[in-house]
Amino acid sequence: MIEIRGLTKVFGEHRVLDGISVDIREGELFSVIGPSGMGKSTFIRCLMRLLKPDAGSVKVDGQEMASVTSEFTLAKIRRSFGYLFQEGALFDSLTVFENVSFGLKYLTDIPKSEYPRIVREKLALVGLKDVEELKPAELSVGMKKRVALARSIAVEPKYILYDEPTTGLDPVTTGMVKDLITDMRKKLGVTSVVVTHDMNLALEISSRVAMLNNGKFVEVCEPACFRRSDNPEVREFMRISHISKE
Amino acid sequence: MRSAFAEKVGREFMDLAMAMGRTALMVKSVAFWSFRSRFEAGEAARQAVKIGVDSFTVTALTSFFTGMVLALQMGQSTKNLFNEPIYVGTMVAFSMLKELGPVLTSIVVAGRAGAVVTAEIGTMQVTEQIDALYTLGTNPTRYLLVPRYLAFMLTLPLLTVFADFIGVIGGCIVGVVKLHVPTSVYFDDIFTYLSISDFMHGFLKTYFFAFMIATVSCYKGLNTRGGAEGVGKSTTEAVVISMVLVMVLDYFISAFLVAVGV
Repeated sequence: MIEIRGLTKVFGEHRVLDGISVDIREGELFSVIGPSGMGKSTFIRCLMRLLKPDAGSVKVDGQEMASVTSEFTLAKIRRSFGYLFQEGALFDSLTVFENVSFGLKYLTDIPKSEYPRIVREKLALVGLKDVEELKPAELSVGMKKRVALARSIAVEPKYILYDEPTTGLDPVTTGMVKDLITDMRKKLGVTSVVVTHDMNLALEISSRVAMLNNGKFVEVCEPACFRRSDNPEVREFMRISHISKE
Repeated sequence: MRSAFAEKVGREFMDLAMAMGRTALMVKSVAFWSFRSRFEAGEAARQAVKIGVDSFTVTALTSFFTGMVLALQMGQSTKNLFNEPIYVGTMVAFSMLKELGPVLTSIVVAGRAGAVVTAEIGTMQVTEQIDALYTLGTNPTRYLLVPRYLAFMLTLPLLTVFADFIGVIGGCIVGVVKLHVPTSVYFDDIFTYLSISDFMHGFLKTYFFAFMIATVSCYKGLNTRGGAEGVGKSTTEAVVISMVLVMVLDYFISAFLVAVGV
């Protein structure tokens, strides 16, 4: 479980996260929605401590992230996370095989002889095969996303963080990524956190949805309850997303 | 008006002080990771090829023609003064080994390999690949910076030795063909007047230059912001700063080495 209490992040004068408190429960698919530039990515970056919060606490399975000072301990905690970046963030200079096996090399003690089997298995899980020797530049946007997802699940993390997983994708690839996210949860039983501005995606796949606005969660509840919300900020965002109240 | 100017100057100084502080922290981190983790031999070798081997042709051409023009100018000047081209080999070798070999090689490496390193790390920064390294349990300093520092420190001195040699050969060709100085005289002039400390004077400087170029290139790459435009800006800045610092450092290191008798 990830316990978040009073999470605050300030950039200059701008309070991007302003005392957020929420628990992300085991096995759930928790989505954070909100307009662009409202701090959604900052929120998940703080969970993995890619960004250091200015105040508040993030506990991952009881371990307080802020108290970790050793780079080695932090790397061990990060072992339980997979992170899907908005653009994939695949390493350009490495092949698909090297990208997917990267975490195995640095985060696990799995012998090298096992890498080809694991890489093949994870690529198959995201619907890809025979792409091991290709470089990221030779892949389509959708394939890049899938390879990036294979890379993040290669070490079998407990949590997967998705940063705007469908941004810039065509409707077909968006549908495919949506299926992948739900599949990952079903097949691997992972806890997922998705940040997105795609309200349809969030309402369709999530077990709970939170709306981030002006540094705070203005609403946190299940999709059905979210659709019925009377919160004006939620209503406005739903109106813009062409979603009507149930 | 005056206060706006003072504010601008003050801000520039603050930015410079912060950049120097961040650079010091980066260097400290490189020192830490150099001894605290398994060594990325494959990555270091790849970088050594990219930085050293790929810069060889440009370095060789630059030093060859520098040696040639040095011999031509020295020979012509001494011919005008003494009716004979004298000490051509000595002059060429002194200039190449102590100054032009290390300085020109460093400038070529800063312009070519330094730019590549900044652009590569900068692109990784703006496309979140640096963050991806953290998520995969790898510190970017360990994976990216340490191998590049090592590659610069290994290849720049080696390239300089080649540049010295090629420059002296270039001078010899002009000396023999154009100035009609016998080869034996040309090399005899070199071996009579040059000592190993003259070679060391230039050679030792390259370690400082290599360290400086690696630091500037990596720092600028890691601090790239703003997409493709930012990468271009960082790369240009890295090359300009490295080239200027080669000149500035050259004077101070030379003064120091002269003072300690090298």
